[in-house]
Amino acid sequence: MKFSAALAAALALGFTAAASADTIKVGVVLPYSGVNAALGNQIDKAFDLYLKLHAKDLGDHKIELVKRDEGPPSGANARTVVTELVTNDRAKIVTGFVFSPSAIAAAPLATQAKVPMLIANAGTAWITNLSPYIVRFSFSMWSPAYPMGTYAAKDLGCKTAAAGYTDFPPGQDSVLAFKTAYEKAGGKVVDEVRMGNPAQVPDFTPFFQRVKDEHPDCFYVFVPSGAHAAGVMKTYGELKMREAGVKLIGPMDLIPDYELARMSDAAVGLIVMGHYADDYDNPANKDFIKEWHAAYGPDSYPDFMSAAGWDTMAAIFHAVQALNGNLDDGTKVVDTLKGWSTDGPRGHIAVDPQTRDVVQAEHAEEVVKKADGKLGVKVLATFPDVKDECKVLKVGRCGQ
Amino acid sequence: MAADSLAPTVAAALPQARERAARFLAARHRLRPIEALPWLIALAAFFIFPDRMMLGSQALIMILFALSLDLILGFAGIVTLGHAAFFGIGAYTAGLLITRLQWTEPITGLLAAAACAAVAGVLSGWILLRYRGLALLVLTLSTTIMLQEIGNLVPDFTGGYDGIPGVVPAPLLGRFEYDLYGHTYYLYALVVLFLLFFLARRIVYSPFGRALAGIRENVARMHALGSPVHWRLVTAYAIAAAIAGIAGALFAQTNGFVTLGVFDFERSAGVLMMLILGGTGWLYGAFIGAVLYMVLENRLSAVSPEFWQFGLGFVLVAVVLLVRRPRWDWVKLWRRVVART
Amino acid sequence: MANTAISILFDGVAYAMFLFIVSVGLSVTMGLMGFVNLAHGAFAMAGGYLVVTATQSFGVPFPLALVIAAVAIGAVSILFERTLYAGLYGASELDQVLMTIGLTFMVIAAITYFYGPLPEHVRMPDYLTGEINLGFRSFPTYRVFIIVIGAVLVAVLWYGFERTSLGAKIRAAVDNHRMAQSIGIDVARLFRISFALGSGLAALGGGLAIQLFGLTPSFAILYLVFFLLVVAVGGSGTLWGTLIAALVLGICDTAGKYLYADAGGFFIYAVAVAILLIKPAGLYGRG
Repeated sequence: MKFSAALAAALALGFTAAASADTIKVGVVLPYSGVNAALGNQIDKAFDLYLKLHAKDLGDHKIELVKRDEGPPSGANARTVVTELVTNDRAKIVTGFVFSPSAIAAAPLATQAKVPMLIANAGTAWITNLSPYIVRFSFSMWSPAYPMGTYAAKDLGCKTAAAGYTDFPPGQDSVLAFKTAYEKAGGKVVDEVRMGNPAQVPDFTPFFQRVKDEHPDCFYVFVPSGAHAAGVMKTYGELKMREAGVKLIGPMDLIPDYELARMSDAAVGLIVMGHYADDYDNPANKDFIKEWHAAYGPDSYPDFMSAAGWDTMAAIFHAVQALNGNLDDGTKVVDTLKGWSTDGPRGHIAVDPQTRDVVQAEHAEEVVKKADGKLGVKVLATFPDVKDECKVLKVGRCGQ
Repeated sequence: MAADSLAPTVAAALPQARERAARFLAARHRLRPIEALPWLIALAAFFIFPDRMMLGSQALIMILFALSLDLILGFAGIVTLGHAAFFGIGAYTAGLLITRLQWTEPITGLLAAAACAAVAGVLSGWILLRYRGLALLVLTLSTTIMLQEIGNLVPDFTGGYDGIPGVVPAPLLGRFEYDLYGHTYYLYALVVLFLLFFLARRIVYSPFGRALAGIRENVARMHALGSPVHWRLVTAYAIAAAIAGIAGALFAQTNGFVTLGVFDFERSAGVLMMLILGGTGWLYGAFIGAVLYMVLENRLSAVSPEFWQFGLGFVLVAVVLLVRRPRWDWVKLWRRVVART
Repeated sequence: MANTAISILFDGVAYAMFLFIVSVGLSVTMGLMGFVNLAHGAFAMAGGYLVVTATQSFGVPFPLALVIAAVAIGAVSILFERTLYAGLYGASELDQVLMTIGLTFMVIAAITYFYGPLPEHVRMPDYLTGEINLGFRSFPTYRVFIIVIGAVLVAVLWYGFERTSLGAKIRAAVDNHRMAQSIGIDVARLFRISFALGSGLAALGGGLAIQLFGLTPSFAILYLVFFLLVVAVGGSGTLWGTLIAALVLGICDTAGKYLYADAGGFFIYAVAVAILLIKPAGLYGRG
């Protein structure tokens, strides 16, 4: 009897000790290996930077990031990794997720383990419907594409448009969103061109030649940022499509910030819809850029993924402060984040309490040559408080 | 005459000879105590690392997949760059059964996956196994890529690269729920691997398995002996396809989703490398190779992603030049270089 | 309509010339020794990165940089041939595949380490940008440049293959390896020469590809499949086979993407598989 009482006391002591030790583990799931490590790196740097600069705001609490490799874009690793973060590392929150398939694969675990899953990139619109524990701080594929459709028809004067996209879900989503808004505003989509899957060679000439021969006013293109985006600009310039009267438009993925500086002048005049660029003129972004260069050197540029990573970490800090470090109840964490808002590098963003998805401003931007000869963007128009129209209109899986 | 007297002797000796041959084979392939080791380790892992069973179940699935490749590569000598096709077909069979037809019973799901993959194996094997060398490499690689492309043409059906979520099987045997830790998945995969391993072992040590080895070593002679070479190869290919299909189905069921990523070239190439690391043609190569590969990947990519890729490349080159081709004489080469300069 | 056909043909031929320049060396080495060299794409990629460094860091003009890359990679490949490849002649194709894919990984990793994973560009000289007007319509100058280089190489290789004793020896060795050896042809030496030449041409192709597709470390694997398709479809060891296969696959790929974009990526594989099923040794192959 005595022994078991002592044991119980020891156990109880152990538990309280564990609770007051107050190191909160946050699981980070990002691609750290393979060709996509560069994408993970953009978010990873933002997480580390925020943590480094704001650790003192947490008082007695401490956040420890447990980083795990998200693996290939197919999401094949995600479930294993998230399981281990929850069962083995006892993470209170999991975050990251560059690729939508990873988030889709891990969503049932968030529900089962009641662990909040804070998405810092993955953009397939319907992901937030998969679990009540998912909160997204990045964007939905619809966020830039839908306003672009409206803008193209009303402000750019595009009577006809063609759409070209890399044939995988983000591309399909983006074009569907563009088309929905564009046709609603009176435009006509003359052709939708699938341009191969993301694993394929970024050779766009035949596709672009086809569109050039169709003479639409505007050509909406979605490709994953990176090698494909560079290929788009090359082909557009080489085929002289601008001279042929075809305007190239698209979401911000066409001009990743780290690429823009190296793109040729063919990119000048390109009009994209986006929610982040290094050139944004707001105080939070000025600080962000300054701290980024101080930490990672002048040749490293943050991009829209880094900005979303920064805001995601800000949300985690908010949850820790609001709940005084006790994140054991995942439902409470999600509740404190519903309706939360901040002024980050992207400007004012908020979390929609109904859908748990981000609400942010989208900007129509033109690529211009800046005074120092480098390429940059100039904001032409702003769509404030853009919600995910896919869920508003209940399109396909978004309605489930 | 001699011939008359010889015939009965031969006839009488025949059953004896057969029996001797059977005894010889049986003795050569009897189970040795050491063969219990992998299973003991797998069971021990269950108790030592109870929090890492999801990783464990994925390792078991990769072992099963590599094992299926060993059947055709190690025993029949077929070099393919498209083995992921069967893994993918199995994964999609299991995934679509559950999500589209609400057929959630997991074990019959495995059997259905095996059947579909085997049919694909017979059809593709019947056509492709007439070819060898470069043509076979290119054909297996291309057909797998084409499967992925076709899948991407009908995203409503296959879910495209985002995949189909909600591949949640009914409780195992109607009783065992799947816990968050992956314990049920692990034991499930372990039992399936155990059964299929002994099936594979039985096959490779049967006369059929010996005939495959004969084809691997000398096709012309097997033809001359009157062995139905093509059908033997197709049969082996179909069996390997069925086992790869089961591995794919287990993958879909334990991960709860399936995407077109199952057909990735990296999967075909990865399983080949695992098998090479562990050694081909002795069945246990799958165990050693898959575990070694996963451990190496985990450790080396923690240093840096380039380090892992470089390390893997280096190990492959070293394995080929130092282990698989021991005739390679570094000392002699070095002397020659020295002599010349 | 006619304009469309010309566009497709033009882009298809330009693409085909790129495929030919890179694949021809692979085809000859495979025909000579039956060596499955999957590191060929890595040589092409290394050539591309050399061109990037030469033009960006040392200000070498682009055409000269192409030549430098071809010569340098050709020379380095002899080193590889002596140390790594020589031990694997006559080995099983599995061993060759594994060794060369391992080598490819090492090259990719090394290049990622030094250059990073982002796409690299080269700045083109002015005379290669813009369009050339050929009277009835204008074409992008750079693609015309590629087609011209390809045509010149075809002529030079044709002369080398058909009109020199080295070419005759290579053809003899491809036809019958043993017989060639028994009449005193040093097949190993032929292999070494064609290996160096082929790697150099691959590097040239890699350099030319930068402006077409951009250059990332995944180049070595991404395009390898197409080089293998060309060699398999053409039949290994034949100049004409490689040329015809490159043209057929290049034009079919471009036409498929232009006319039936929905199934665009599918065409090149379907055509290759169909040809291989009918002619397993390739269009011009023997066996």
